[in-house]
Amino acid sequence: MPQLVAKGVTKRFGGLVAVRDLDLEIEPSSIVSVIGPNGAGKTTLFNCIAGWYKIDDGKIEFEGQAIDKLRRDQISRLGIARTYQNIRLFAGMSAIENVLVGQHHFLKTGWVGAVLRTPAVRVEEEKAHEEALRLLQFVGIRGHGRSQASELPYGDQRRLEIARALSTQPRLLLLDEPTAGMNPAETRKMTEFIRRLRDELGITILLIEHEMRVVMDISERITVLDYGEKIAEGTPREIQTNPRVIEAYLGRGAAQAGTTVSDATNEAAASEA
Amino acid sequence: MYARVMERITDVAIAGVLWGFRIAVVLLVVVGSALTLGGGRHSAESWLSLIVSGAVLGSIYALIALGYTMVYGILRLINFAHGEIFMAGTFGGYFVATALSGIGFLNLNPITSIISVVLMMAGAIVVSVTLALLVERIAYRPLRNAPRLVPLISAIGASFFLQYTFRGFFGPGIYAYPTVGILDAQVPLGIEGFRVKWIDVLVIVSAVVMMAGLFLFVQRTKLGTSIRAVSEDKATAALMGIDVNRAIVMTFAIGAAMAGAAGVLYGLIFRQVYFFTGFVPGIKAFTAAVLGGIGNIPGAMLGGIFLGQVEGVGPTLFLSGLGVPSPNQLRDVIAFTMLVLVLIFRPSGILGERVAQRA
Amino acid sequence: MDDTRIRFGDVPWGAVIRVGLIGAAVAIFLCLVGIVPVFHTRPLIKDVISLGQTSVVLALLATGLVTARTADMRGTLSVLPGAVAGAIAGAGLTALVILGEVINVRAVFLNASPLLYGILTFGSGIAGSWIAIVIGAVLGAAGSVGARLPTSSRRPLTTFVLTLLMGGLFAGILRTAMLSTPLAGLGRLLFAPLGLTIVGAIVAVIAFVGASELFHYTRVRDRVNGMAPAQQRLVTWPLLAIAAFAVLMLPHALGPFVAQVIALVALYVLMGLGLNITLGLAGLLDLGFVAFFAVGAYTVALLTGTSEFGIADWPFWAAIPFAVLFAMVFGAILGLPILGIRGDYLAIATLGFGEIIRILAGSDLLSPWLGGPHGILNVPKPIAVQPTHFLAGPNQIYYIAIACAVLIAFVAWRLRGSRIGRAWLSIREDEDVAEALGVNLVQTKILAYVLGAGFAGLGGGIFASLVGSIFSSSIQLFVSINVVAIVVVGGMGSIPGAVLGALFLIGVPELFREFSEYRFLFYGAALILMMLYRPEGLMPTRFAAREVHLESQELGADTVVAAPTEST
Repeated sequence: MPQLVAKGVTKRFGGLVAVRDLDLEIEPSSIVSVIGPNGAGKTTLFNCIAGWYKIDDGKIEFEGQAIDKLRRDQISRLGIARTYQNIRLFAGMSAIENVLVGQHHFLKTGWVGAVLRTPAVRVEEEKAHEEALRLLQFVGIRGHGRSQASELPYGDQRRLEIARALSTQPRLLLLDEPTAGMNPAETRKMTEFIRRLRDELGITILLIEHEMRVVMDISERITVLDYGEKIAEGTPREIQTNPRVIEAYLGRGAAQAGTTVSDATNEAAASEA
Repeated sequence: MYARVMERITDVAIAGVLWGFRIAVVLLVVVGSALTLGGGRHSAESWLSLIVSGAVLGSIYALIALGYTMVYGILRLINFAHGEIFMAGTFGGYFVATALSGIGFLNLNPITSIISVVLMMAGAIVVSVTLALLVERIAYRPLRNAPRLVPLISAIGASFFLQYTFRGFFGPGIYAYPTVGILDAQVPLGIEGFRVKWIDVLVIVSAVVMMAGLFLFVQRTKLGTSIRAVSEDKATAALMGIDVNRAIVMTFAIGAAMAGAAGVLYGLIFRQVYFFTGFVPGIKAFTAAVLGGIGNIPGAMLGGIFLGQVEGVGPTLFLSGLGVPSPNQLRDVIAFTMLVLVLIFRPSGILGERVAQRA
Repeated sequence: MDDTRIRFGDVPWGAVIRVGLIGAAVAIFLCLVGIVPVFHTRPLIKDVISLGQTSVVLALLATGLVTARTADMRGTLSVLPGAVAGAIAGAGLTALVILGEVINVRAVFLNASPLLYGILTFGSGIAGSWIAIVIGAVLGAAGSVGARLPTSSRRPLTTFVLTLLMGGLFAGILRTAMLSTPLAGLGRLLFAPLGLTIVGAIVAVIAFVGASELFHYTRVRDRVNGMAPAQQRLVTWPLLAIAAFAVLMLPHALGPFVAQVIALVALYVLMGLGLNITLGLAGLLDLGFVAFFAVGAYTVALLTGTSEFGIADWPFWAAIPFAVLFAMVFGAILGLPILGIRGDYLAIATLGFGEIIRILAGSDLLSPWLGGPHGILNVPKPIAVQPTHFLAGPNQIYYIAIACAVLIAFVAWRLRGSRIGRAWLSIREDEDVAEALGVNLVQTKILAYVLGAGFAGLGGGIFASLVGSIFSSSIQLFVSINVVAIVVVGGMGSIPGAVLGALFLIGVPELFREFSEYRFLFYGAALILMMLYRPEGLMPTRFAAREVHLESQELGADTVVAAPTEST
């Protein structure tokens, strides 16, 4: 049974349809990528799943439960976590505190308990800190725990954001361009890391990514969006040779010339740089 | 489990409080109005007078509200100091008027009076626009990319700074506005017991003209279009070659000009000005802007007129029937209650807000 | 090329002139807004310089300093740009004097009076109007020299200026305090009734500059930090004890007037710490603090009052919990529906609440119960004692307020370090992301709001007892603005910041009449400047400090990767 099911999801902004009649099914513990040109509605889709936008039509179910009418905190508690395209850490808080916020709803301390700092509260805090340190270790930035989040190097900020997402103990993790702005070596490490998330923790990964090498390398399935509509879906091999996808990326001529998606996007990336 | 229960309790409590508010307000309005109208203590003419005074007040609110709504639309900033920009205009008009009155020009004949009022407006607009641009340059521009609380606090600071600057300049006393004779004359309507002065006509007409002009400006001219584009999306507008800074500065200038003109009208009606004059009308005009839908120019006009009516007619209509002593004391309570209710129940206002969505 | 010689063409004259003109505008502003003439009545050093003149001096010095920063010139004539800018600023004042001679500026600006012109020309009339240019050039040059000094020699200069300012301000109070002790003769020697004497100025400067050089803050801090923990305790505990003793003795040392003022300061410390939770930690800008203050004040007045409005003859101690409770309930009722709206709207909505409460308190509608503008009189003090007793008058309020402030600080500190405090901070930083991490926004915000309301109610209750009455005119917007200013200027979320903020923003204007006229002008400027230059406040919290010991317990770097534990 799929873990996440979206049916006929539509999101409009005024006259603009950002996501149109989209169906999506994600199997547990898989790695799925969403690709598409800029403005194709990828991030909008994430925002719909994570409860940032209320969808105009359709429904979204997570593990059999409808989530499209829930608030973000409720969705988070069901086991969906996310990261952001442009990193959104709590800049003024320390790294470890960023991670601790994610544990908020597992902790029970009420305000009276917090003021009196009862033994039970102390134990709970201790455990939470240990857990946070473990997560920092897992993403590889242990030792930076007390640095202010905004002062970490860029790559570590991305890792911290993932650690923070993991602290909510998700079963589905939405990663919005996790390798954006990274050099090839960092990108390779991040790719490995994403695979480990799935292999070691069994977390389902839904990924938006522009770097085609990453996408083709780790995805089990790929969904392609263009102008808010799904134009293709399949394994990396199927997508790479799908003429509609190539057309969406490079226009009609390229599709006939027999280019693959990887070439196309890498060319695009090169010209951007 | 505990968290779930608490959450449920908060949800129920919120719903309960909201319904309590709704029921209380509806009851107050319905019962109060029924008792007042049933009591029949007020004649049709006195109601008409209240409506006219509401319309006059509302026109002034609408003019001030334009500044709030345009700045919010473009910067998403509540320009707290806008009430003081209005107050500065009132002072500017005052000093022009005293100067003109000193040389005997103000009330020499109807034509000089009209020229005088135009000059007062010009003076007020110069003062208000200068001040608004200074505030924008010093207190807002450096904070454009800061978290939203930061420019808001800066704006509150600017508001107090301006108030007490004017107190320092001109003292704590209340200045009496000079009288313009022809504006105080009655309009010959021939309805017994119902009086309208020319000043009332002037306020309503000039407000309508200025708002129509602004609407055309924003919709039809190139500069107006660039302001709308920047409101929609600063980054894209900049990519399209629009000078974002210029659009923002123009927005402040236009809003300030409207507020300055409103200041003169206010002074001519209420006959007084002091350093605190801008505060309450400022908040009310902001209420009007929210009421109409923030960022929405026709909304600000509609909100202003509506708020003016509620304030003009409200105390008598809702409260006097309930036997509330001196209901006009509570005029501002009605306005502020409106503000809170709108923020709670319809924060996007009557006509809907025009503020760009941020993804 | 000769690097040590400044060449005329190298100076960015445009920038220099601009700074000079801004300096002139600031100096003219200080004159017209009344600071120069009004503060002229308070000498800083008797017969030498007044506070009003000091304000102009500081503006001219700052002009030179900024010029030196803008036009960074080196070499022998490097003071030239500063001097020119200072002269331009001074020329602004000259122009003001001449303009005042030609037309009647006073018809518009009240402060453009002969008194002002007298101050600017040292009494020599229009003939002396050029003096301002010379002084401006000298001070501008001095300022630009100051800007280029190395930190080690600039520090004593800063101490010098601050010592004179503080000494001049507090001279009268210190003198009064010393006159009743064996030190009376010394008091007369050092302090005039207003301002320092020349001897006092010299002594104070030598003492403070010397002391600050000998025991320089960073050096002391480094030394203390270098000690073993046990040694550190040996230093810090006695210091804390001395500080605590000083705080407790303060109202007795400085006379009844100061005692009344510091009781009010303590009250605002308490309220500042309360709002510090709402605004500082959770980032909720509450401009309606006065609403809950009013609930607390009227609750205490009604429950304890012996006037015709009193409904129960309770002692203060029985009434105050109800003041807090009612304020909290009130906060919950108002807060629940509005906390869902976005942050800047929240500020306006709370402002609306404050105004509604203010108008209602003074209205004829409620005056049969609340006394309207005539107020409720005869609110008793918490402890009935003889007027000569240690705890008489405002002193007991001072102690109660201090005790409550310590309690609130403790509560805030404990909450800050807990799950709740982290949730508040995360909401302040980015409430959308916080919610996406599972934080229930309304629940978290309402707790901060209700706690803030409760402390406001506590402040109101104590206020009613301090003043002995409550009038509708005490319920004003400025109560809210005072508290917001304290929190913002002190540093959002910072506990010592709130104390410092209350001392400066409440204490100074209450002690000195001249300041109270300009307090809101100063608040406004302070809020803007804080947001421009130090949005995190004067004494920002050091977030990371607490994690130190945890990190030091870290395991070896290559521990086996462990999966997050499953929750049960």
